[in-house]
Amino acid sequence: MSESYDVIIIGGGPAGLSAAYSAWENGAKKILVIERDRELGGILQQCIHNGFGLHHFKEELTGPGYAHRCMELIKDKPEIETLIDTMVLEITQDKTVVAVNPKKGLLELHAKTIILTMGCRERTRGAIRIPGERPAGVFTAGAAQRMVNMEGYLPGKKAVILGSGDIGLIMARRMSLEGCKVEAVLEICSFSNGLTRNIVQCLEDYDIPLYLSHTIVKIHGSERVTGVTVAKVDERMQPLPGTEFDIECDTVLLSVGLIPENELSRGLDLKMEPLTSGPVVDQRRETSKPGIFAAGNVVHVHDLVDFVSEEAEIAGKFAALTAQGMLEGELKHVEVTTGDGIRTCVPQRLSLPEEGETLRLFMRVGAPEQKVRLEVTSGDTLIVSKLLPFAKPSEMIALNLPAEKTKLISGDLKVALKREA
Amino acid sequence: MAVEKRALTCIVCPKGCAMTATITDGLMTELTGNSCPRGKKYAEEEILAPKRMLTSTVRVLNGELALLPVVSKSSLPKGRILACVEELRKITVLAPIAEGQVIVTNILGLGVDIVASRSMPAAEKD
Ligand code: SF4
Repeated sequence: MSESYDVIIIGGGPAGLSAAYSAWENGAKKILVIERDRELGGILQQCIHNGFGLHHFKEELTGPGYAHRCMELIKDKPEIETLIDTMVLEITQDKTVVAVNPKKGLLELHAKTIILTMGCRERTRGAIRIPGERPAGVFTAGAAQRMVNMEGYLPGKKAVILGSGDIGLIMARRMSLEGCKVEAVLEICSFSNGLTRNIVQCLEDYDIPLYLSHTIVKIHGSERVTGVTVAKVDERMQPLPGTEFDIECDTVLLSVGLIPENELSRGLDLKMEPLTSGPVVDQRRETSKPGIFAAGNVVHVHDLVDFVSEEAEIAGKFAALTAQGMLEGELKHVEVTTGDGIRTCVPQRLSLPEEGETLRLFMRVGAPEQKVRLEVTSGDTLIVSKLLPFAKPSEMIALNLPAEKTKLISGDLKVALKREA
Repeated sequence: MAVEKRALTCIVCPKGCAMTATITDGLMTELTGNSCPRGKKYAEEEILAPKRMLTSTVRVLNGELALLPVVSKSSLPKGRILACVEELRKITVLAPIAEGQVIVTNILGLGVDIVASRSMPAAEKD
């Protein structure tokens, strides 16, 4: 193995693999993907349900099936090397990657460009502070998913799931199929963050009740979970006294959100965005540090892996072109800010050439909306607007800005919702 | 005449219309709440012959992992999903397995094959 590369990619999940393929397509000659797990594919390997790939591969795939497709794309290409079982410890300012591998020991690798594709991890009980002792039987939904789908263990016989995001819903069905009774799914918000399809096919199909505006106020049991106390919450998500009731269970699964995994990015001192918990990127997915790119769930948590691949292909392309010194010319930098109704938007800044550049904005709304107009403005100029019949926080909105429109951008860009009269 | 009302959520598009179907002797005779004809088609199917894809796992011996994820080649009658899962519980396969390899042919005579959704290399011997 070599010590210097055109592009080094940190993380071998769907983002890393898609980035590697795109870097290869765009002419990079020496590409390395580093993965800490024992195989490539990332979290998709444990997401055995289907529904992946409709946009990207034009066919409905399971998680492992999607990972397989991504792996097929990079296999047998001498320009792409992969290194599994390898943990990156540090990335230095001069783009040296320090990593450890059980067979090769400590590695110091140099790159012209680096793509961060470390993905995200789950919020834990500690992160949401549920009172009670610390009995066995409390798992994050993803940890339970790995046990059930890859290791062959069932976490318990009677479960309550906190959080109605997609992983929680998928696990409600999965646990039911494997013989665990799922007593309830609790959601602190007044709406679910999961896809409607999952509410229907994972909860309604198995007669599992979904309690909106409810949360766990206490977990009972000292050795093992014996039950939970649940309460209704008010608009500020505070438990309402007098609404408590108990549910008996031996297992609590937490599906309470995902956080981009950015220890390495912080070490690099990249500019971060508090709302997405990811690095600030431009439309080419370049971070605040030239030559360091980022894509996928490490930038912002996606609901569709297809968009992860799309974003990673952008990063792969521009990392490859940068490594080959093929990007020249002055760029105009503008910030993308969010206004009324829009919670987050990626990219957060644009680096535009004179002739403009075709790009896509990925946004999330703060609350469910109906019949709103999404407007992208630069100063007084309306760049693009689109009518949204409905929008949900759980479903990312993608908006195309063609090059001839981005050419018109003079100052900072603002994305906001305008309510129809 | 048996008349029944059933609440359904349309999953055809992200709007997720909450619909109410009136079912008379097993047939849908009225539907409210749908915003477009696709909702009606969906409701009819859900009432007459609901179908679901099945994803689960089977035990694998000599593999890198203890379990092999599997998927039905097409959708199965919703009412038979649990029976299919029971059937898969009885199955043990031997690695190596290739992605797409048929694990169960024509499960429970329903005309659908169950296939491996990933490849499973044989475990490396130390
Ligand atoms: S009825 Fe039409 S608009 Fe409503 S969810 Fe179904 S497909 Fe969408």
